[in-house]
Amino acid sequence: MEDIDEIVREFLVESYENLDQLDRDLVALEKSPGSREYLSSIFRTIHTIKGTSGFLAFGRLERVTHVGENLLVELRDGVRSMDQRTTDVLLRMTDCVREILTHIEADGSEGEVPIDSVIEAVDAIRNGVVPDEVVEAPVAVVQNAPVEAAVPVPKKIGSRAPRTDKVAAAAATSAVIGAPALPEIEPEPVAAPTPTVTTGSTTVQPLVPTQTGAPAAEQLSDEVVTGLRGAADTSIRVDVDLLDALMRQVGELVLTRNQISRLATGTDDVDLSRSAQRLNLIAGELQEGVMKTRMQPIEHVWSKMPRIVRDLAAACKREVHLEMTGGDTELDRGLLEAVKDPLTHLVRNAVDHGIEPAEERVAAGKPAKGVLTLRAYHSGGQVVVEVADDGRGVDTDRVAAKALEKGLRTVEQLDAASHPDLLQLLFVPGFSTAAAVTNVSGRGVGMDVVRTKVEAIGGTVDIDSTLGVGTVWRLRIPLTLAIMPALTVECSGDLYAVPQINLLELVALDGQRSGSGIEYVHSAPVYRLRGDLLPLVSLAGALGLEQDTHDRDQTSVIAVVQADQQRFGLLVDRVLNTEEIVVKPLSSRLRSIGVYAGATVLGDGRVALILDVQAIARRAIVGDLETVSSEARRRAQRAVERPAEVEQMLVVRVGERAVAMPLASVARLEHLRAEHLELVGGREVVRYRGSILPLARLGALLGSYSEPSPNGELLVVVFTRGTRSAGLVVDKILDIVDDDVAQHSDIEDHGLLGSTVLGDRVTELLNVREAILMADASFYDATLDTTDAQGASDLVGALR
Amino acid sequence: MSQYVTFTLDGRLYGIDVIRVQEALRSHTRTRVPLAPATIAGLVNLRGQVVLTIDLRIRLGLPGRPDLDEPMMVVVQIAGEAISLLVDEIGDVVDVGPASFETPPDTLDAAVRPLIRGAHKLDDGLLLVLDVDEVVAA
Repeated sequence: MEDIDEIVREFLVESYENLDQLDRDLVALEKSPGSREYLSSIFRTIHTIKGTSGFLAFGRLERVTHVGENLLVELRDGVRSMDQRTTDVLLRMTDCVREILTHIEADGSEGEVPIDSVIEAVDAIRNGVVPDEVVEAPVAVVQNAPVEAAVPVPKKIGSRAPRTDKVAAAAATSAVIGAPALPEIEPEPVAAPTPTVTTGSTTVQPLVPTQTGAPAAEQLSDEVVTGLRGAADTSIRVDVDLLDALMRQVGELVLTRNQISRLATGTDDVDLSRSAQRLNLIAGELQEGVMKTRMQPIEHVWSKMPRIVRDLAAACKREVHLEMTGGDTELDRGLLEAVKDPLTHLVRNAVDHGIEPAEERVAAGKPAKGVLTLRAYHSGGQVVVEVADDGRGVDTDRVAAKALEKGLRTVEQLDAASHPDLLQLLFVPGFSTAAAVTNVSGRGVGMDVVRTKVEAIGGTVDIDSTLGVGTVWRLRIPLTLAIMPALTVECSGDLYAVPQINLLELVALDGQRSGSGIEYVHSAPVYRLRGDLLPLVSLAGALGLEQDTHDRDQTSVIAVVQADQQRFGLLVDRVLNTEEIVVKPLSSRLRSIGVYAGATVLGDGRVALILDVQAIARRAIVGDLETVSSEARRRAQRAVERPAEVEQMLVVRVGERAVAMPLASVARLEHLRAEHLELVGGREVVRYRGSILPLARLGALLGSYSEPSPNGELLVVVFTRGTRSAGLVVDKILDIVDDDVAQHSDIEDHGLLGSTVLGDRVTELLNVREAILMADASFYDATLDTTDAQGASDLVGALR
Repeated sequence: MSQYVTFTLDGRLYGIDVIRVQEALRSHTRTRVPLAPATIAGLVNLRGQVVLTIDLRIRLGLPGRPDLDEPMMVVVQIAGEAISLLVDEIGDVVDVGPASFETPPDTLDAAVRPLIRGAHKLDDGLLLVLDVDEVVAA
């Protein structure tokens, strides 16, 4: 029984692998329909699964793969050519196979996975039952020309080994399906399509006649020999658990080595230090070797991408060309697993949001087909994975508007934000710019999840985007998780490890100067680092440790660290050294604290906690930001509420009267020389900023006498609307006060709208519109574009 | 028959099912964990493994240990993870029958109640049986 299980398991493992390959090949085949290489590979895979499932008595699996194989035979023999529908059906079949396999894996039986619809779909294609497009050659002949047994089933498990003609021929007589075998197809494949077509009831030309007439079987075997999976002979399967265990043990060895090294440096024993050196070397090599065994090319994750992109592009009506370079870049297996989801998310995002529909692209002068590039390469001890599209790019204005709308940032923050800052907003939880929620993305869980996942494995995510040109997402992932270089620091008597990846530089504060080195912006400590203010976070403070010694001088080193694009200085007591630390998982009881990424054992046997710099940053800095933003939200809310009740008014004196006008409508206050006044058709004007500014004397309008100012200066309140300006001459600016609209009375007079109580004084409200019309009768005539809403606010009481 | 590893805390005798106990040993240097709950006494290096330590005195609401007393560690296995419990002194492994067992009285403090399964009436006092899973639960 054990043996059977073993066989089934092997079958599953192998089939999964093959199916991944199959997905890739099918999509590739769709692009180059003539490729016999892909076709053979697909055929081989399906065939192997079919054969094995027959042997293991998985009837449903066998039936599904059987019909699939039939279709493939036609493709291979050139009876039909690959088109999108065929690909769809074959992919469906693949999915069905995968589903059955999952079931087998779960409980050893095939379960009730529905296969009939898939079989029908395949048959429909083969029978040419195409409701929409009959361009397809209806190969209604298949019943007469059974091609099922083209390549018979070798009854052996896991036949990864190249199959030769001999094997095929030998097995030809034992074809499982019971269909009449056509052995002549093998040696003489050119003949195969001919009978298939001519024996049909209808005379049909196959769309693509036999490719080059190359004998399928020969080519098949040739390719298998030089095959895609030639590596199989030189590699073995190893249980991942075993590798994990090995890795752990090597970790221990590295620790022990660290301890021995430390002991050896303290002695004069030449032999000991020589042995220690040797141990050092060997342990290092061993560590590297074991790490290599866990390395897998990133292709393993990418292999799923062509299929995803294809399906998605079809669903979103995009034309996407996928390019992948650097697929052989290797990553630790665990890390690879961890980046799978984020990477898939980014790819989906790029197809759905990045790349525009074809017509939009053409209109923008780009080729209709968008290019999605996946690139992986090594850089500075890390693996960089880029997901780049040449799509529409991120519209930072929209991002800003969205952030404002959601109350994530204030106007001031957004105004001060640079382009990269705005792009960073995409990573803020709850942020999604997708205008419409599609099946694919825009559900509000987005980039923040990607970031969280990538950071969980010690990596980082960046975005770089140019509007209209494209977007590049960049994941930086450490090579391995288990061992990493770190800086050990001391704080309040304890040791902590700071991952080197977060560390930018160290700044030692001079003992005497340390008091003056740290400055305070209100309560926030900062340090002038090459002229820029670097926010400081005291590690002891962040960890809630009471600094009982409270010696400010003791804090003597700033570790400048980077987290989330945010640079800050971590104040520690002392820096010890850098060493390779082995990351030990933290007990789940401590993980919830959130400040520690793990623990490690240092060379002297002490346990040190590994700091999660990102988390500390969020606690200390972003935490503040959140209070800022909630404060800002409250303020914004108040600003929204305020116009209904309170408005800021400019109060001026004209003669003996105090007159108020809404401050929002005022563009500027100017002092003008009276002698500069000129007359144009009875109106006073002045040359002002290169144009003519018409003036009106408010005193004349309100019928109150104003004395000419003694120094020959005129005080002018300038109103601007679009390109036009007009000025009102007043005697004196009194004040700017808040006006409570509720206190308005509607006592009207010439040029007034009413009166209100401002600063315990009854003040008249100026009808600005009327006053300005006196200066410039056509001030309000010019139609404005909507951006200049100022005009509407000239009336008292109107909203700002 | 049940076997318990016994130890004392503030003069009282406690026991843990022997199957759950991995080892008992002298206490190691602990690394404190800032921001962690008070019951967590720190992390120790147990032959290269980082092991969480819980101070049972604090967990059970007993008065703190005098500074001079060197505590002992009882290492237990919880869901594959080793966790060390700080105790005062390690006692014998005792065999007791079900006959001497009684559930805790209703007057037991509700905070401690889930931690103590019951008591075995021994000749020279009561052996309080701890529920290890509850004790280490966060």
